Amino acid sequence: MMRAYVLSLAMLLLLAFSGPALAIAVDSETLPDAVQESRARVIMNGLRCLVCQNQSIEMSNAQLAVDLRQIVRGRVAAGDSDDQVRAYVVERYGDWVLMQPPFKLATLLLWLGPAGLLLLGGGAVWAGIRQRRQVIEPTALSATEQTQVEKLTRPE
Amino acid sequence: MTLRSAIPLLLFIMLAAALFTGLYLDPRLIPSALIDKPAPTLDLPPLPGKEPGFIATDLAKGSVTLVNVWASWCGPCRIEHPQLMQLAASKKIRMVGINHKDTESNALKFLADLGDPYDTIGVDKTGRVSIEWGVYGIPETFIINGQGRIVFKHVGPLTQFDVDEKLLPAIEAAK
Repeated sequence: MMRAYVLSLAMLLLLAFSGPALAIAVDSETLPDAVQESRARVIMNGLRCLVCQNQSIEMSNAQLAVDLRQIVRGRVAAGDSDDQVRAYVVERYGDWVLMQPPFKLATLLLWLGPAGLLLLGGGAVWAGIRQRRQVIEPTALSATEQTQVEKLTRPE
Repeated sequence: MTLRSAIPLLLFIMLAAALFTGLYLDPRLIPSALIDKPAPTLDLPPLPGKEPGFIATDLAKGSVTLVNVWASWCGPCRIEHPQLMQLAASKKIRMVGINHKDTESNALKFLADLGDPYDTIGVDKTGRVSIEWGVYGIPETFIINGQGRIVFKHVGPLTQFDVDEKLLPAIEAAK
C-alpha cells in the first residue's frame, strides 16, 4: 500500500516537470550572425502572434508572424537594441503584443491581484483560526450551582 | 443572516458577475494602439490603370478619409464590398484602398467584377505597410481625420449595422 502511494506520488512529481511540446517555426532566412539570430529569437519569443493569440511569433506559422519575424531580424541586424525592437512592434500593435504585459498603472490589478487575493484570503483564514482558538474563561459558579456540586460530591 | 456572514456570498456574486461578462467579450478584438496617432506616411504604388496610387501625405489635407485594407483572396472583403460601394456612392468621404498581398490581375478582376469603390488604391505587395498600420486581420477599415490622424478602426467585414452605428458616426465626429 505504502509503495503504491510513493510510486504514484513520484509519477505526479514527474508530470509536474514535463512541459508542453514546444514548436518553433523554421524560416529559410535567418541572420548569418549567430549572436544576433539568438537575440532575435529571444525577442520573437516575447512577442505575441496576433492571429493565433496564444502563440508567440517564434512558434507561429501564420503569415503575419512570418512577416513580423523578418521585421525583428531586420531591426536586430540594423543595430537596434532589444528594447528598441520591442518598442517598434508595440507602437503599432499596442502592449497587447507583448507576451508578458508591462508593469504600469493599467496593469496594476493584473500584477498585484493574485498576491492581494492571497493576502486577503490568508488574512481571513488567520482571523478565523484565531477566533476559534479563543479560550472561554471559566466563570465562578452561582450559589445554587455551588450547593448542587457540594450535594453531588458529598461522600455518602 | 448577519452582514458578516453575507461577505463570502457578496464576493462570490461579484466574481461570478465579472466572469459572466468575460464570457461575452471577444478576445479576438485587440484595442488599436494607433487611435489618435498620425497615420503612417508611406506611399504605395498604384494598380495599373488606376493611378496615382496612395500618397500618404494627402491624408493630412483637411478632408476625412476612409482607408480600407483588402485583397481579392479575402472572403470577408467580398462580404463588406456592397457596403463600401454604397458608401462610395453616397460621396460622403474619400475612399482609399490598400491592396494587401495580392496579385495585380486578381485585384483588378475583383474590382471589375464587384465594382471599384475606391478613389485611389495603393498596392502593398509585401504587407510591410499593413504592419505599419497595425493590421492583423483583413479586412480592416480606418477613418483618418483632416489632420491625418487615425480616429477610428474596425477589424473584420463591415456589415450594414457597423456602417450605420459605428462608421458613419465616426465619420461625422471626424469632420
